[in-house]
Amino acid sequence: MSTAVHASGMKPKHQRLVLLVIALAVLIGAGLLAAWALRNQASYFYVPSDIASQPPETGRAIRLGGMVQQGSIRRQADGVTIDFTVGDGAATVPVRFTGIVPDLFVEGSGVVAEGSLGPDGTFVATNLLAKHDENYMPRELQDMSDAQAKQVVAETE
Amino acid sequence: MIAELGLALLWLAASLALLQFASGLWALASGDGQMREQPAAAVRPAAVMQGVLAALSFCALMYLFVRTDLSVLLVASNSHSEKPFIFKLAGTWGNHEGSMLLWATVMGLAGALVALVERRLPENTIVATLAAQAFVSLGFYAFLLFSSNPFERLDPVPQDGAGLNPLLQDIGLAFHPPTLYLGYVGLSVAFSFAVGALVTNQVGPAFARAMRPWILGAWIFLTVGITAGSYWAYYELGWGGWWFWDPVENASLMPWLAATALLHSAGVLAARDALRTWTIMLGVVAFSMSMVGTFLVRSGILTSVHAFAVDPERGSFILVLLAIYIGGALTLFGLRAASIQEGKQFALVSREGALVFNNVMLTAILAIVLLGTLYPLVTEAFGTRVSIGPPYFNPVGAIFALPMMVVMAVGPLLRWRGDRAGRVAKPMILPALAVVAVLVAALVLAPGIGILPLLGLALAAGLAIASVMPLLGRNLRRTPLPVWGMVVAHLGLAVVVAGMASESAFSTERLVAADIGDSTTVGPWTIDLAAIDPVAGPNWTALQADLQASYAGGDPITLHPQSRTFTSPVQTTSESALATRWNGQLYAVLGVQGEDGRWQLRLWWKPFVPLIWLGGLLVAFGGALALVGRIASGWRRQSSMRRIAERREVNSLPQRRRAK
Repeated sequence: MSTAVHASGMKPKHQRLVLLVIALAVLIGAGLLAAWALRNQASYFYVPSDIASQPPETGRAIRLGGMVQQGSIRRQADGVTIDFTVGDGAATVPVRFTGIVPDLFVEGSGVVAEGSLGPDGTFVATNLLAKHDENYMPRELQDMSDAQAKQVVAETE
Repeated sequence: MIAELGLALLWLAASLALLQFASGLWALASGDGQMREQPAAAVRPAAVMQGVLAALSFCALMYLFVRTDLSVLLVASNSHSEKPFIFKLAGTWGNHEGSMLLWATVMGLAGALVALVERRLPENTIVATLAAQAFVSLGFYAFLLFSSNPFERLDPVPQDGAGLNPLLQDIGLAFHPPTLYLGYVGLSVAFSFAVGALVTNQVGPAFARAMRPWILGAWIFLTVGITAGSYWAYYELGWGGWWFWDPVENASLMPWLAATALLHSAGVLAARDALRTWTIMLGVVAFSMSMVGTFLVRSGILTSVHAFAVDPERGSFILVLLAIYIGGALTLFGLRAASIQEGKQFALVSREGALVFNNVMLTAILAIVLLGTLYPLVTEAFGTRVSIGPPYFNPVGAIFALPMMVVMAVGPLLRWRGDRAGRVAKPMILPALAVVAVLVAALVLAPGIGILPLLGLALAAGLAIASVMPLLGRNLRRTPLPVWGMVVAHLGLAVVVAGMASESAFSTERLVAADIGDSTTVGPWTIDLAAIDPVAGPNWTALQADLQASYAGGDPITLHPQSRTFTSPVQTTSESALATRWNGQLYAVLGVQGEDGRWQLRLWWKPFVPLIWLGGLLVAFGGALALVGRIASGWRRQSSMRRIAERREVNSLPQRRRAK
């Protein structure tokens, strides 16, 4: 930066250097802050067997991917909450979701649920991502759509 | 025939870009620093012709789409004969190849405009600028001709086209992509100016004044494009949110942040001849961000409604282009930065000081958004899939955005070069009182309010008042347009922040399963589900809810949210319904019918949410005022210089010396 601070007792060259150092320090600080926050706020992708072996802390935002198990979707009396299980062939996780489900959310198809693990081991989903059409689907589902659930595990490890 | 003609025009445009680049290079490459006249004379006409040819080529593609010529692969795979006319036309750029051709066309036309109107800078700077512009264009022509030919034929000819993604079949498609592209391309022109000035040692106020209208133009289009894209996502996706920190959204936000910093830094360079190197650096960064944006969207790295290309070859092609452009620009910058002379000095407390502070803040926010956008791509390369969302972007961005708002309030009141903090303390009393009043009021009336919405509301109130203070004591009729522009744009930002904070603090949501005849409430609204009816459009059928919504017991208004099923391709989308009042928006989405016959309804009451987009338009309007003001004063300057030159020719020698 070709700027100079006209403060008392400093030569122009020094002033310019001070300003450059401050600007760099702010940018490096922003980078470090970002790196720290990224590690803490990243929402990791789990499959049910990951949750069985290494469960994430309750309340931490994660994404859960897998197949909606046949016959598992159950609608609650309020009409807007559903319970279902997501499996990957090795393990299953119960999921609860309140909201309007995506159009292509059906039993036996792939789903990515965003949310966090509750204290009772139920995954509380705040958002469900299902395949929209051939051109637009969650990235994780692209690999899962035709593959069987076990391959999901192989892919993400 | 039209397809072949279009392709031929594209080849011609590419060869003219090559001519433009080569003659520019030849003209400037002489060792003694003198420009060769003959090759230099070819540069401007080549730029004009290149723009015209690219535009004609794009017109040929539009014609093919309007006629739904299914013998062309691109039309067959993206269009359908039964699509409404406006979407046939907009479908030209609703796909990978077409949007790349639009890029090249807009860039060619921008180059033509520079060649036609820019006469203020030394001729060798313009030649270098146009050569740099042609170099960037050449990359896009190569990409089009070698790996994304929009005019490729299809044999045998199919019965009908595959249709356009229904999410894109919206009036937004007609405006959103071209607007953003105009912004991206405007930044590429600013970059070309920076290269031209760097190569010919012309980094100074005259260069900043020539570059500024292009930055302003790009910045206005980016502002409008982001605002429109946000509103489009808000009502089209049916999720009730207006910004998702989706990588594609970030791809448009990053160039905007860089352009905002560049705009203010170029302002300092034009007015005070300070921040020379910093302005050039920001020019490089802004263009790099628009290229990163194009790369993220067009390479197929991201899967979203925006990502058309999934061909890895194309991804690598764009990556190579990106490396050449950014690497080349940074190398050139590294080689020539030492030759830029130091600009004028200024004190820490001064207009320049405030602008430098906010430039650094904007750059820090840019770095945070860039890191958050690229981090999932990096971890995925190592086999870990993560997603980064609002819990990262909102607080980390706010750490730098909130101090920026404070300095934004004070900065315009400071004098250039140096000032005393005490002089601006008095006018700041009123905004400071507003901040405190809003803080107290929000804590009393909404005790559970989050810290970010609270600070956002308070600072927005302070900034709104402070932003009009530069007009105090001025003769409003004599106030230059750029000053009005600054006031309006800063006020617009305060309005945006107020809308964001209000939406996040005061929104209420209601999710119900309702029978016909049932009544529900959300915020001050009472909503009755009166009926569900089937309706049909040109290429879709839908179930439409008839909602009777009354605000605080007033007369009911009707809302029609739909669940739409498109026929080509088959896909279901939710069409939300909105009711806008002066103090907010009611947002209704129709879900599915349960086994018990009840219909899912999702309703939001979002107080003051339209301020987000109104504020965005206000920001853009401020930019437009400044642009008009700058162009007008540029013309005045140019014509007065011409008059002086004429007078010199007419007058005799001694007088001429005196005129100097």
